[in-house]
Amino acid sequence: MMKESGPVTRRTILKGLAASAGIAAASVFVPPCFAVGQTAKIKFGLMLPYTGTYAALGKNIDDALRLAISQRGGKVGGREVEYVVLDDESEPAKGAENANKLVARDKVDFLIGTVHSGVAMAMVKVATDNDTMLIIPNAGAAAATGPACAPNIFRTSFTNWQPGFAMGKVVADRGQKRAVAVSWDYAAGRESIGGFKEGFASGGGNVEKELLLPFPQVEFQPILTEIAALKPQLVYVFFAGAGAVKFVKDYAGAGLKNSIPLVGAGFLTDGTLEAQGDAAQGLETTLHYADGLDVAKDKAFRPAFKKATNRDADVYAVQGYDAGQLLAAGLDAVRGDMKARKELVAAMEKAEIDSPRGKFTLSKAHNPVQDIYLRKVMGLENKFVSVAVKALADPARGCKMA
Amino acid sequence: MSDRVIFFLIQVLNGVQYGLLLFLVASGLTLIFGVMRIINLAHGSFYMLGAYLAFSFAERTGSLWLAILIAVPLMVVIGLALEGLLFRFLYVRDHLYQVLLTYGLILSLEEVRSIFFGDDVHGVRVPDLLNFSVKLTPTLSYPVYRLFMSAVCIAVGAGLYLFINHTRVGMSVRAGALNREMVQSLGIDIAVIYRLVFALGVALAAFAGMIAAPVASVFPGMGNQILIISFVVVVIGGIGSVKGAFIGSLLIGLADTFGQVFARQIAGMTLYMLMVLVLLWRPAGLFGRTS
Repeated sequence: MMKESGPVTRRTILKGLAASAGIAAASVFVPPCFAVGQTAKIKFGLMLPYTGTYAALGKNIDDALRLAISQRGGKVGGREVEYVVLDDESEPAKGAENANKLVARDKVDFLIGTVHSGVAMAMVKVATDNDTMLIIPNAGAAAATGPACAPNIFRTSFTNWQPGFAMGKVVADRGQKRAVAVSWDYAAGRESIGGFKEGFASGGGNVEKELLLPFPQVEFQPILTEIAALKPQLVYVFFAGAGAVKFVKDYAGAGLKNSIPLVGAGFLTDGTLEAQGDAAQGLETTLHYADGLDVAKDKAFRPAFKKATNRDADVYAVQGYDAGQLLAAGLDAVRGDMKARKELVAAMEKAEIDSPRGKFTLSKAHNPVQDIYLRKVMGLENKFVSVAVKALADPARGCKMA
Repeated sequence: MSDRVIFFLIQVLNGVQYGLLLFLVASGLTLIFGVMRIINLAHGSFYMLGAYLAFSFAERTGSLWLAILIAVPLMVVIGLALEGLLFRFLYVRDHLYQVLLTYGLILSLEEVRSIFFGDDVHGVRVPDLLNFSVKLTPTLSYPVYRLFMSAVCIAVGAGLYLFINHTRVGMSVRAGALNREMVQSLGIDIAVIYRLVFALGVALAAFAGMIAAPVASVFPGMGNQILIISFVVVVIGGIGSVKGAFIGSLLIGLADTFGQVFARQIAGMTLYMLMVLVLLWRPAGLFGRTS
């Protein structure tokens, strides 16, 4: 009876000793700087919206990231991956608490998230306080790679400033001088309009009026009336989701579409075209991704994503996929050793990501330096027209690393 | 007329048109409170359900009119069922219980919406018959469907007025709102009256969602936005007063529009400032009874 319930005998101890001696001997033969041979899985904490308005975005990011890892045989840096998934509900009030759960309770090696800027900034705070590695696969808040930038914080998406600046350049190059800018009165909208103003001003253009509505109001009629009275040469808008659908339809309904061109950051017509119908046809937007890109990686990625998920890839999927690629670039370089933090960060900083959007590198502030495309709505696609600005870097104002 | 005057008048039109749509939602809210003393936080969810049903049926039948014809009776049935299964137990309870129940309903209905219709944003086509605009200025046109919406709201408002003030059932409704026991002892089945009013309120909110669907587009959480504004309307108008809801809606519609035009910095606050002013002047709202 004693023997069965107490398995620790002299023999097992001897076996254990022999085994550990073997491991110790084996480790002599590997390069000394990385503690290779860690068989434990590496933990990725995915903090994304799986319910609510942004659920579809979160799901695409998640699936594409897993696709990137599974294309590498399910391993990064020689270690298998364990995903810890947490629904952030796009709820900024719960952001810090949720991120802390992943860091303190689940002890994840990497925090990955999220879509909503407010939640992402809470994650930045937690990552900074705990010195946890963080990759942001969407949220475009300037601060994350601006004043709050840090060696452990990376982003594979964009800043709100980037598409805005590119569109400003495009219309300024066409010789236009007078614009009106419209958005909700929140950080993303103000940052996007800020970028547009800068790009527009670089070509001598001037934003005569900024019409900002309280978030998330969608009663646009007074604003449309004011636009008609101001008669600018064009209107730049930043809206996403339901607001984008409604604004585009109302703009067309007010008869403004043909007399005053409407342009915007890509989110105006991304994932919304079915709902917008005819009202969106021909609209021009700028973004770091487009339909019909002549990029080999894109041509491989789209069918692969479709096969894995039965859904069409979009910009969010691309950003998630590239988060996976960035993780792999860093972890492969240090052979999965999270303790080699300096080398890990250096490898990620140097990585050239072969993205479906086209190759990109990271700026000193850890934000993509990427081509911004001009796209035009045709049918249900945002068709590539031209490269609006090549290798555009966010100015990363306030970042000490830049 | 000078340009400035024309654009001013167009903004008035914008305000009135927005106000009339608010009235359609707020009237049901105030009716349910006025008659049954129920604070119905789920009212906005009925607006959302109406919009999603309109989208779904219009998609299948190809006609918004047909969709409304099917969806309104369906919402009446849902209203009757909810009253019979849940609300009728709350008439004698404290308001706190009602808030708990109706808040729970918001969450449940949002989940039901997610299961049946998903989380996507949808657009509903404006019916072909009304899918054109009238030119107001060389640059600005006004979609005829918006004018049509206003006409419908006025018609529903007039119908509601006639029903409450000039029919026998309406008389019982008014009496029931004043003194439940007395009405009961006169041999009128108050339970039936309540059920009817509740279903009517639900149908009004849903109907507003349906006819607003082509211009508002259809999205998760759309009910919460309109719920808050509707409560402001009801409080300004006087809780329980349909006439008050009408005046309150127009005031809010205009305040919101001109807030955006003249005071953009505080546009988010104009509604609430108006509410504060009205309540300072008349604590029970414009047409509210002080008890």
